Amino acid sequence: MTKLDRRTAAVHPVDHIAHSHRLRWPEALPWLLIAATYLLFPSYLALGSQVLIMVLFALSLDLVLGYAGIVTLGHAAFFGLGAYTAGLLAAHGWSEPISALFAAAVVAGAFGAASGAIILRTSGLTLLMLTLAVVSLLAEAANKADSITGGADGLQGIVINPLLGRFDFDLYGRTAYLYCAAVLLVMWYVVRRLVHSPFGRSLTGIRENRLRMHAIGAPVRRRLVTAYAIGAAVAGVAGALQAQTTQFVALNVISFHLSAAVLIILIFGGAGRLYGAFVGAPIYMVAQDMLSRLDPVYWFFWVGLLLVLVVLFARGGILGCVDGVRRRWP
Amino acid sequence: MSQFLPALVSILFHGLAYAMVLYLAAVGLSVTMGLMGFANLAHGVFAMAGGYLTITLMAALGVGFLPALAVAILAVAAASVVLERTLYARLYTASEIDQVLFTIGLVYMATAAATFFWGPSPQHLALPAALQGDIPLVGRQFPTYRAFVIVMGFATALGLWAGIERTRFGAMIRAAVDNRAMARSVGIDTDRLFSLTFALGGGLAALGGGIGAEILSIHPAYAIEHLVYFLIVVAVGGMGSIRGPFFAALLLGIGDTACKYLFPEIGAVFIYIALFILLLWRPAGLFGRA
Repeated sequence: MTKLDRRTAAVHPVDHIAHSHRLRWPEALPWLLIAATYLLFPSYLALGSQVLIMVLFALSLDLVLGYAGIVTLGHAAFFGLGAYTAGLLAAHGWSEPISALFAAAVVAGAFGAASGAIILRTSGLTLLMLTLAVVSLLAEAANKADSITGGADGLQGIVINPLLGRFDFDLYGRTAYLYCAAVLLVMWYVVRRLVHSPFGRSLTGIRENRLRMHAIGAPVRRRLVTAYAIGAAVAGVAGALQAQTTQFVALNVISFHLSAAVLIILIFGGAGRLYGAFVGAPIYMVAQDMLSRLDPVYWFFWVGLLLVLVVLFARGGILGCVDGVRRRWP
Repeated sequence: MSQFLPALVSILFHGLAYAMVLYLAAVGLSVTMGLMGFANLAHGVFAMAGGYLTITLMAALGVGFLPALAVAILAVAAASVVLERTLYARLYTASEIDQVLFTIGLVYMATAAATFFWGPSPQHLALPAALQGDIPLVGRQFPTYRAFVIVMGFATALGLWAGIERTRFGAMIRAAVDNRAMARSVGIDTDRLFSLTFALGGGLAALGGGIGAEILSIHPAYAIEHLVYFLIVVAVGGMGSIRGPFFAALLLGIGDTACKYLFPEIGAVFIYIALFILLLWRPAGLFGRA
């Protein structure tokens, strides 16, 4: 092989990486579907808002798990913190929704940075246990502080002002749906920029080979804590949206079940791909809405079975399978 | 002072009983984690299954407590070998997230199955007459059942310790935990060792679940509800250690009982904060190697 050959062979992957941040047409699909849902299913917009919130929540987990490779059972802690922040602000007179989103992001992000700085010193099962311990700690605190959070009865009395002082949150959930969609669009853009930035690339590097990233001098732990905190802040925004659109916060926003659910959504969709959240959340939420009305017990059984099957036969989730099919029939 | 001492004795006694159940339920997880590096979040299912089997054998077939316990241990150990050979073994080389999701899937299925067969409410263990009532000890009355749990816990811990430190099988396990490739190259059949250890861990968990059914009540959410405590015992004790989980369980059991007794408002929160401080100080656990 001549020198020139080798160089041309090397240019292609570099090109690929250098251009990967450019928007491609399939990336418009989710937004078209979100718009179509608004026009075609006006009576399902309440469920639609819930789906969009879960998409945002799973997107935040994708940053932490899919890109940075931090396996966490405690992501609901940040969703819950965001929900309680927005809920408490609104219940105590701060009824402007958008500033409350920022407050939720700051609170969840700060807690993510603080807890991440402690727990990301460990790895493996210990890290898994600590993420779970953070959720248990917050759940216990929220339960015990019932004079503030309402405890098991949930936080009530949430009053939300019209959006931008103009658009009332209507009974059909039209405003709530568009509000969630707009916030999701902004957060998606932020996360997308982030994962294609040098910072995002170094996260992928840490996920793939931590030792090598240490060796080339990357500040591994600082990067991980930063990613964890940003993921926490985005999850906090998702939680705040949930509190504002449902005007209620229950203890189950901080639970193992919600942590597991968002993990399952992301894995079903496909982690580390930015769009796994958009695929997994609608399927999971609609299936849950239909099946758990029959019997929540069976719902758990089928989710469990599907999870086992995905791990055994379809690693990479739905998007991973789509990629596999495309590779076989180009 | 006159109230302090009885409270202390009471905390120690109940804490010890609780600690023994935690130890039995979690020690198998520590060994399988150390041996295979497998994050088995479904370990609590074995304890739950042990509890359900013991209670059902006693209630439906009128079997005595100890025979029912023995049958439950053997059945769960056998079932765990089948699970290990057919499913777990496929995932030894898989990534941590795959193992986590797979075992969460198993937990969910087990939770649903338990609700289907036994309903959502906790099952009551009908204690034999010999274990009912109290026994006098240093001038006080203690529930016989909890004393029995403590004695069984200590006996099992001693037996395990002797088995791991003094037998050939134990030496093989220690060798494989230290260096799996080297153990294999000197002729240890590590696959068989994994299966046997997995069965042992499952059986121990079943013992913990069955014997401790009146301390950690048996209900469908058992494996999820106590998961964090089982993981704490393993992580604080140090992976792959037999001694570690014992002391970690003692710390957690007695500490948790003390905090909930002395500060009922913030008890559970206190335990988690202590946990964070402990693991900041020793990230690999009390007896683990970094």
